[in-house]
Amino acid sequence: RALRGWLLRISTPLSSRLCGDNKVSVWSIGDPGSLGLEDGFEGDPQLICEHKHDGDVLDLQFLDQERIVTVSSTGAVTIFRHHQNSQTVSVSQQWPRAHRYPCDDAPGTGVACSSPEIVTVGEDGRIIVFRADHEGVVRVIENADSSTLHAVTYLRTTEVLTVNSFGQLKLWDLRQQNNSPSQVLSLSGDRVPLYCVDRHPNQQHIVATGGQDGMLCVWDVRQGSMPFSLMEAHSAEMWEVHFHPTNPDHLFTCSEDGSLLHWETASPSERPSFLQGGGSSSMTSRSAMAPAGGNQSIMSAWLCGDPSKSRLETTHMLPSQTLSVNSLDVLGQCLVCGTDGEAIFVNRQVPV
Amino acid sequence: MEEVDVNPTVTNIPAIRHGKHMGFAWGPEDILVYETQFKASGPSLSGPGGSFIHKVRKDEDIHSPILRKLFNESHHIFVGLQTIKEDVPSKSKKPQFVSISRNYRSVIRACMEELQQVAVSTKDTEMATQYGNQVSILLAIELIWNLCEVLFIDAAPAGSLLLHLLDWVRLHNADADEKAKDVLQSDSPAEHHHYWDVVVSYVLQGRLEEARQMLAKQATRQPASRNMYKLMDGLLSKMPFYNPGGTQTLTEFDVKWRNWHEEVDRYLKDNSFSSNYHLELICKILVGDEDALLEQKELLSTWYHFLITRLLYCHPTVKPIELHYYAQSCLTMFLDSRSVQEPLDSILLAAFEFDIYLVIKDCSIVLNNWWFVAHLTDLLDHCKLLHSHNLNFGSNMREFLLIEYASGLFTHHSLWQCAVDYFDHCPELGRACLELQIERVPLDTERKALKVLRICEDRQMSEQVRSICKIMAMRALRNNRLGSALSWSIRAKDAAFATLISERFLQDYCTKGTFSDLDLIDNLGPAMLLSDRLTFLGKYREFHKLYGEKRFKEAAKLLLSLMTAKIAPRSFWMTLLTDALPLLEQKEVIFSADQTYELMYCLEELTSSLDTAAPGADSPMQEQDVEQTKVELLRLSLARNLAMAIVKEGTVDT
Repeated sequence: RALRGWLLRISTPLSSRLCGDNKVSVWSIGDPGSLGLEDGFEGDPQLICEHKHDGDVLDLQFLDQERIVTVSSTGAVTIFRHHQNSQTVSVSQQWPRAHRYPCDDAPGTGVACSSPEIVTVGEDGRIIVFRADHEGVVRVIENADSSTLHAVTYLRTTEVLTVNSFGQLKLWDLRQQNNSPSQVLSLSGDRVPLYCVDRHPNQQHIVATGGQDGMLCVWDVRQGSMPFSLMEAHSAEMWEVHFHPTNPDHLFTCSEDGSLLHWETASPSERPSFLQGGGSSSMTSRSAMAPAGGNQSIMSAWLCGDPSKSRLETTHMLPSQTLSVNSLDVLGQCLVCGTDGEAIFVNRQVPV
Repeated sequence: MEEVDVNPTVTNIPAIRHGKHMGFAWGPEDILVYETQFKASGPSLSGPGGSFIHKVRKDEDIHSPILRKLFNESHHIFVGLQTIKEDVPSKSKKPQFVSISRNYRSVIRACMEELQQVAVSTKDTEMATQYGNQVSILLAIELIWNLCEVLFIDAAPAGSLLLHLLDWVRLHNADADEKAKDVLQSDSPAEHHHYWDVVVSYVLQGRLEEARQMLAKQATRQPASRNMYKLMDGLLSKMPFYNPGGTQTLTEFDVKWRNWHEEVDRYLKDNSFSSNYHLELICKILVGDEDALLEQKELLSTWYHFLITRLLYCHPTVKPIELHYYAQSCLTMFLDSRSVQEPLDSILLAAFEFDIYLVIKDCSIVLNNWWFVAHLTDLLDHCKLLHSHNLNFGSNMREFLLIEYASGLFTHHSLWQCAVDYFDHCPELGRACLELQIERVPLDTERKALKVLRICEDRQMSEQVRSICKIMAMRALRNNRLGSALSWSIRAKDAAFATLISERFLQDYCTKGTFSDLDLIDNLGPAMLLSDRLTFLGKYREFHKLYGEKRFKEAAKLLLSLMTAKIAPRSFWMTLLTDALPLLEQKEVIFSADQTYELMYCLEELTSSLDTAAPGADSPMQEQDVEQTKVELLRLSLARNLAMAIVKEGTVDT
């Protein structure tokens, strides 16, 4: 159980992949279908195979069933391949010093994949687009940001969203050749650095971010340049935020303060929460800003301006106080997270 | 009590040539050595010796991947221990402390098992020996800790004391069970060559039930000696064991035990078992015959097993203070001329003497890192067993050990975060040590810097926050990441640095004619107020925006206010005035007469200060010419504008 839990991602049900500070390791947490366990934390993950990694792994993402992309503190972007039959991991492709300064290493900070395309961002403020199995780099947006880009996510297949140290979300259209964002959103007031971003799995305009002040912000990218709702979540930096991939009424956040929160939103009324044409009065009373495209949009419970009106439940997922929780991932009923105490926690019975 | 005397180990530095003198410097966990040209006699040459610096490190354990779990899990237990409330009286906290002690021990055991597995499975013989060594050290540590738990933390009185010591011995003698397994799995256990070893071991450990079960197997095989076996079985079953929770007092138990003892003695003297060597041996053991016990050295394997067995069969109501008499004599009896007293033996002996300080001191000397002594001392301190034993340098022992341990952890690239909690719980020196150490954590990535900053901010270490932010900002500046640099100075609320960064932006503008990083300057928000220069930068950019949007009047007003309100630095005034030129040259009058007067005033102020400054021989003639031309142009434009403004303002619309 004790392992450097710095970054994790869950792929297909049978295995969970975690990184050591100098290793990329593949673990198995058993078959979630075959459980008779009362306590969700029983059973240690089993190490299947691992591979050395140069520098700290700062982000990790699955490209497809077999390949994993990592960005390193040395600025390298590496694709690892997990060979299922021989149960080994090997380096399949690498771009060393993809992120760099003229005379120094620049750590990469985030990666997003939309196979076969890979987008990475780093402390050098660059956005780099790769293609798996392509030797060189497909595109570089130099000086995309004057500060550090902390995370990136795909909004649509041709659009990515980045967050930076000035609390700005920038939308980049990869089809355009100019090197400036197509849209910039930011918080008013203190420009708190944002460290993580995730897109709603079904509704591409809804995005959640978290940053230095531990506040959870939900944004509607289509309208306004301000977040839709702000919720106090953690007492320290929020490192990762994830919508549940199949049940997006559930959201998970983890933080430097050692807690992992499970957010569950329920639609405020008993009626189905989608609308066909025209708003109803009960809708507008709930949200401070009615959605612009209200006709055919599915009103998401996340976009309620007043969190007290929408029923938002928050649960702590970790049993006791830990050091910082650096990373989490969720698939089905399985939740995995890693802490600075070099421990991994696995919960196989998350109520979603 | 002799002191543990361990000769310091000698480590050869291979790369330094024989006979050369070494220079050295202490590091937090290691020594740096280098070759010098020093000669003991005669003049020394100056200049470096070799071109390498060697790092010599004593404690390799921190970097062992399996032992890291020990450090992490024990950190968890340590933090839990510190948060036990102080107001509850110590007596009721004892079970809690015992349970915490057991947690520590189970962590040690878990590590030991994992190390053992790896030691067995690895193909590299050197690694296997290393792992094997670590396993034996952990075994010894757990042995000592367990004994300390029994004697100091649980502090059982006479009666229970022996029972606990019996448990202790049983836990650390796996041999008997292994042999028993072999014997029982064989086809005919009673004929197994280890059979009698197992039976005697059981008796030596006071496991009489199991001994009886084993004997029963032999009894069925030898119907002729049935009566003898039955007698032995009876004696074994009748041996009284003290029951701490029962109603029987210690004295009553003692009486009962003596009766039993006399009975066994009678049968021995009667030669009831003389025909069976083994049964007679067992009888002698039951009576506590020293020679018989000593004959079983191999089965006992350690002097403390011998001690406990002897106590069991001679003096089961032993009091804690009496322990050390027996311990010393048993040690002497057990060790013959060939074997030497090991450090472990001295430590255990010190424990039996209830000399906590000696135990801790000896362990500190023998073990190569502070993990064991730090945690044990901390636990004992919580049990209020340590008097404030002040050391020469002003802190108490618990703090000293914890700080030593934590300082060692701090040098590790990942375990340093555990170390922070240890410093937190050292009230006297912890904070000072933390302040020193936290600044030296290498900050390779922003994320690591953020974590360090969070630790400092949580503890109001503002000096360190400033220092770390400055380091990160300088690094960003060096790599031309002006936005990152600004973000760091905002975090530290470092106005001076923000000014520096603004200067860079302004310099960039002057040289390139456009602003870089517009996304940043346009979105400063409240951060703009951090430094005057930053405010100027923001406002200047605003001017440019207004100009771009053709809102000339507002732009003009802003431009003027930048100079009159002294927001703009004097060095920039020329640029601002030059920026005013296109506004002055517009067909429409933008600057009012009053505004034009103010502009003129600014120009005069600027030129007069330039004149009074001694015309430097270093400024080339061309530059001076350019400046002169600019000033003249400005004067002309201002005059024309003034004229137009006066006319316009004087005109009355009819």
